[in-house]
Amino acid sequence: MSTNTVSGPLVGAPAPDPDVEGLEAEANMPRIAGGELPARAAHGPADSAWFTRREFTVTCVGAGCAAAFLSGCKEQRHKRVERGPEPVPSAPTDVAIALSINGKAHKLTVDPRASLLDVLRERLGLGGTKKGCDAGQCGACTVLIGGRRITSCLTLAVMAQDREITTIEGLAQGDALHPMQQAFIENDGLQCGYCTPGQIMSAVALLSEGHATTDAEVREQMSGNICRCGAYPNIVAAIQAARRTRG
Amino acid sequence: MQPFQYVRVDSPDHAVAAAQPDDARYIAGGTTLVDLMRIEVMRPKTVVDITGLGLTAIDDASGGLKIGALATNTDVAYHPLVIARFPALSEALLSGASPQLRNMATVGGNLLQRTRCPYFRDGTSRCNKRAPGSGCAAQDGFTRSHAVLGTSVACIATHPSDMCVALVAFDAIVHTHGHPGGAGKRAIPIGDFHTLPGNHPEIESVLAPGELVTHIELPASPLAARSHYLKVRDRASFAFALASVAVALDVRGTVIREAKIALGGVATKPWRALDAERWLAGRAASRDNFEHAAAIALEGAVPRGDNAFKIELARRTIVRALERGAL
Repeated sequence: MSTNTVSGPLVGAPAPDPDVEGLEAEANMPRIAGGELPARAAHGPADSAWFTRREFTVTCVGAGCAAAFLSGCKEQRHKRVERGPEPVPSAPTDVAIALSINGKAHKLTVDPRASLLDVLRERLGLGGTKKGCDAGQCGACTVLIGGRRITSCLTLAVMAQDREITTIEGLAQGDALHPMQQAFIENDGLQCGYCTPGQIMSAVALLSEGHATTDAEVREQMSGNICRCGAYPNIVAAIQAARRTRG
Repeated sequence: MQPFQYVRVDSPDHAVAAAQPDDARYIAGGTTLVDLMRIEVMRPKTVVDITGLGLTAIDDASGGLKIGALATNTDVAYHPLVIARFPALSEALLSGASPQLRNMATVGGNLLQRTRCPYFRDGTSRCNKRAPGSGCAAQDGFTRSHAVLGTSVACIATHPSDMCVALVAFDAIVHTHGHPGGAGKRAIPIGDFHTLPGNHPEIESVLAPGELVTHIELPASPLAARSHYLKVRDRASFAFALASVAVALDVRGTVIREAKIALGGVATKPWRALDAERWLAGRAASRDNFEHAAAIALEGAVPRGDNAFKIELARRTIVRALERGAL
């Protein structure tokens, strides 16, 4: 299993995207009962009081405890005054590509080595898709291309052009959760939640494929998604519930 | 991962030209290549994307099948003609990998997938396949998943494909484009396509540099319509075979008229058990005869360390597959 954080072709900090897609993505995450996302201020390049979830987490961890939270906010505010696309060093092999993700077009230049997974997470701020093994074996990175489930860690971003890509962020319609997301919540189909986006994407595709009806068939057709917490029984229950609702 | 030039091609001729250098590789599904490039076992300087070549059709061919090299594992496995005419091929494909990987992996890539030997994959152990002449760390290492058939002192790595076992049972023919000789197109019987390791385990097929697999032909075979694939492994799903068998039997009354038997998980290339098939022809479809045929199929098997169990496991898997095939 690879424990590498992103390095090399995706150099340095992610280029802040003026469209702040990562922030929009927050709105699409299921709200677990009792939990709440931070209140949203109007955002844009000049507004520096706002965090992505990743910056929030890193700041809190870096600050050490809740008591340091507020001062951490202030420091972050000052650091974030300068915004705009950061220059990404280019190499002779870099390729300019267009990706269509959740119905939205993105133009960017990538090193051919960049996986679709890393581009989604590190370049486009779509952190819902997770890196588990980076070797096609765990399924945490599952997204849909052309409606088909694939492992984004083994997909080169340059090869995902001209295809419609759907990530976990693309399932909900505004505040309305996708029925599969709803089913996972209602059936408690997760514990730590790390495998969950991949499980949900895989399950959505499983239903459209139509090859599984019994629990045993669902398990077989979900065998590309592992769950270290062992939430499998409830994952199967969630999928079966969604399948029955779908009719 | 080493930097590389990414090239998209739009015709087989363009592909072959782009892939001439020794350090160029084709990419389609990427499930083998990206994996091995990420762990630096493969380091091509040019990667030629052939997904635009449109070689995806699965068509009738005089009662048999013609399957494009870029057809995905999923599309082949669920195709009605494959299920009807070569069910063992469908079963073999569905027994492999995961739904996600099957959606990405192509027939051509499956044909050319590389061994899972951990000494090959770790990038540093002595490995004649990865670094010719460096030795074979597996021989004195952990060999539970290694081959007992077709091995040499240079290499005991198992060929991991399920699909190829079914193709070998059905005498498939691999069609290619871009061979330097003659008209450039070749039709290679699958039994001749993969090579034994011998003294050069770094060579895995008879393909010339840049030679492109365009499609696979499965000759018509009424017998194949009664075929099955049986895979034995440590987990119920998403694991490579310890031993697997593709089998087809034509039984009239109690007598076997014809049998096809191919093995996976136990050999350095997809393995056809021709001697066992010939012995079974004309004999009664009995358990005793199945066991005798299985023993013939594993004759000459060479155990190494932890894989001795595979010989008995493969025999029993053959027997069980034949019993299923006789139903």
